[in-house]
Amino acid sequence: MAVSLPDENFTLQATGRVARRQAVSRASKWVLLGASMIGVVVLFALMVDTIVVGWSRISWSFFTSYPSRFADQAGLRSSFIGSIWILSLTIVFVVPIAIATAIWIEEFAPKTRLLEFVKLNLANLAGVPSIIYGVLGLAVFVRLFGWGSSILAGSFTLFLMILPMTVIASQEAIRQVPPSLRQGSLALGATEWQTVWYHVLPGALPGIITGVILALARAAGETAALIMIGAFTFIAFDNTSIWDSFTTMPIQVYNWTVRPQEAFRQNAAAGILVLMTVVLTFNIAAAALRERFRN
Amino acid sequence: MALGIKFGWRTAAGIGLAASAMLLSVACGSDDSTSTATATATGSGGATATAAPTEAGLDYAALTGTIRIDGSSTVFPISEAVAEEFSKVSKVRANVGFSGTGGGFEKFCRGETEISDASRPIKDSEREACKANGITDIVEIQVAIDALTVMVNPQNDWAACMTTKEVHDAFKGGGATKWSDIRPEWPNENIKFYYPGTDSGTFDYFVEAIIAGVNKDEKATHRGDGTASEDDNILAQGIENDRYALGYFGFAYYLEAGQKLSAVAIDAGKGCVEPSFDAALDGTYVPLARPLFIYTRESLLAEKPEVLGFVNFYVENMQTLVPDVGYVTLPEALYQAQVAKVAAFLP
Repeated sequence: MAVSLPDENFTLQATGRVARRQAVSRASKWVLLGASMIGVVVLFALMVDTIVVGWSRISWSFFTSYPSRFADQAGLRSSFIGSIWILSLTIVFVVPIAIATAIWIEEFAPKTRLLEFVKLNLANLAGVPSIIYGVLGLAVFVRLFGWGSSILAGSFTLFLMILPMTVIASQEAIRQVPPSLRQGSLALGATEWQTVWYHVLPGALPGIITGVILALARAAGETAALIMIGAFTFIAFDNTSIWDSFTTMPIQVYNWTVRPQEAFRQNAAAGILVLMTVVLTFNIAAAALRERFRN
Repeated sequence: MALGIKFGWRTAAGIGLAASAMLLSVACGSDDSTSTATATATGSGGATATAAPTEAGLDYAALTGTIRIDGSSTVFPISEAVAEEFSKVSKVRANVGFSGTGGGFEKFCRGETEISDASRPIKDSEREACKANGITDIVEIQVAIDALTVMVNPQNDWAACMTTKEVHDAFKGGGATKWSDIRPEWPNENIKFYYPGTDSGTFDYFVEAIIAGVNKDEKATHRGDGTASEDDNILAQGIENDRYALGYFGFAYYLEAGQKLSAVAIDAGKGCVEPSFDAALDGTYVPLARPLFIYTRESLLAEKPEVLGFVNFYVENMQTLVPDVGYVTLPEALYQAQVAKVAAFLP
């Protein structure tokens, strides 16, 4: 059986259905690239627009001034400090409780109806609009518990708001830890708790940190829920206790955007820049932490 | 290295758990700590306020404590301006929010705020809600007037007076495009529309008073095909340069700089009323003028010197601060009536 070999100049040329399939495949690359670019382009356009409008307002006094009716004297001082308080407290509440919940669900919970019930609720809670958490916070923390419109009430509200997403992210991270690690640990005589504490958690930590940070970015930008629980807008003192009234950066930005004067728009853009920088810093910190724990 | 990291992580987690436990225990004792804090503030404030009276009868610098002000976003800029100035002379923390007139009263009637901002008088239903919580000593202080003026070019010799219905038909979404669409005898010329930007309180107020006010059944929309600007100067210039222009902006701006233009009288069913201070005040320039208020309680004025101090400061300074934020100040007689309401409580 003599096979006629193609000569040197032969190139494989698909025809018919094969050619069509290949064309679709080539086109799909571009379509997918285009789809990915939409988000990037929009974010880029937003950033450029915000920087163009707001950059000139970024100065030291913008951080050291309290709100004012004069746009050029208004600053982020009280809202920046308020945001730091609120977010710090929220982290303190959410991290231990979210991790504990996730560990229970993934490692300890018997596979009963109760577990299914908890899981179902968490999944649903993650999709509840933030204003609902605001109403809940107002009814429970502000009024029932009598905490008033304080930093404590605000951070508890945000804690509840981001708890479901944080738990779900932590669950995912815990599930990524290979079962062989657990089996090895248990085989060597470690208790379940020791296994979780020394093997599962350290392995899951990078994923948990990512989840916490993403949830925190949502909390950092939250406005509606906090206005609902009675956060103020004009605050002219530095927060020193969890019982203080407070305002946060997104509330301040919102206030500035609804003002008719152009100069307040610039303040709003500058406020957005600061807010984005804070969130970006969180993300970078998370990436750094993640790398550290991974090694 | 691995050990070091593990140790560090465990310590960090331990600290986190301990910190949250501590905060939770603090949280449980909340009722006590808040009430003590308030009590101390009131006590010290009371002692000092009477100890060192000034010519106003109050020593602002000696006052301490916290005041919570919430309510109308329309009144917010005034209260914010007052709070800003007050923070320069006093240590009192005056916090201002804007959850809306209704939302403000809801908090006020629960005793969660000391002062409520309102862009309309308190409703009977709100008084009832206050009463249910034992709040019956409500004090109403008018702080300014918010009004709109409908403007045309000075050479416009036909539209001297328009009914609210005609104003509505002109500015509603898909409304008149030619003057003759409003009234057949008016010129068959295209109208150029000028109005404040959609984010402004003036725009909101116009939509509320005219668009939604005239036609309650229809889904109310404002036209979007005119020149919208947050800068009143641009609106005024546009109307000044175009004989067939029609626009509106805040009454305060008209008083200040709008005299080159002609104001349209408004007929709300009781004849044409020219926009003026007096008409805005006596309630005949409807629906384009409304009073702005703050509300507080007699018992707060009598017992909490920081509240009395703030309200007194508010009344003392509002005539200079109100124009700053674009509203109309009260005429002298009405102003003195507000002063008298507070003066009764001064030491």
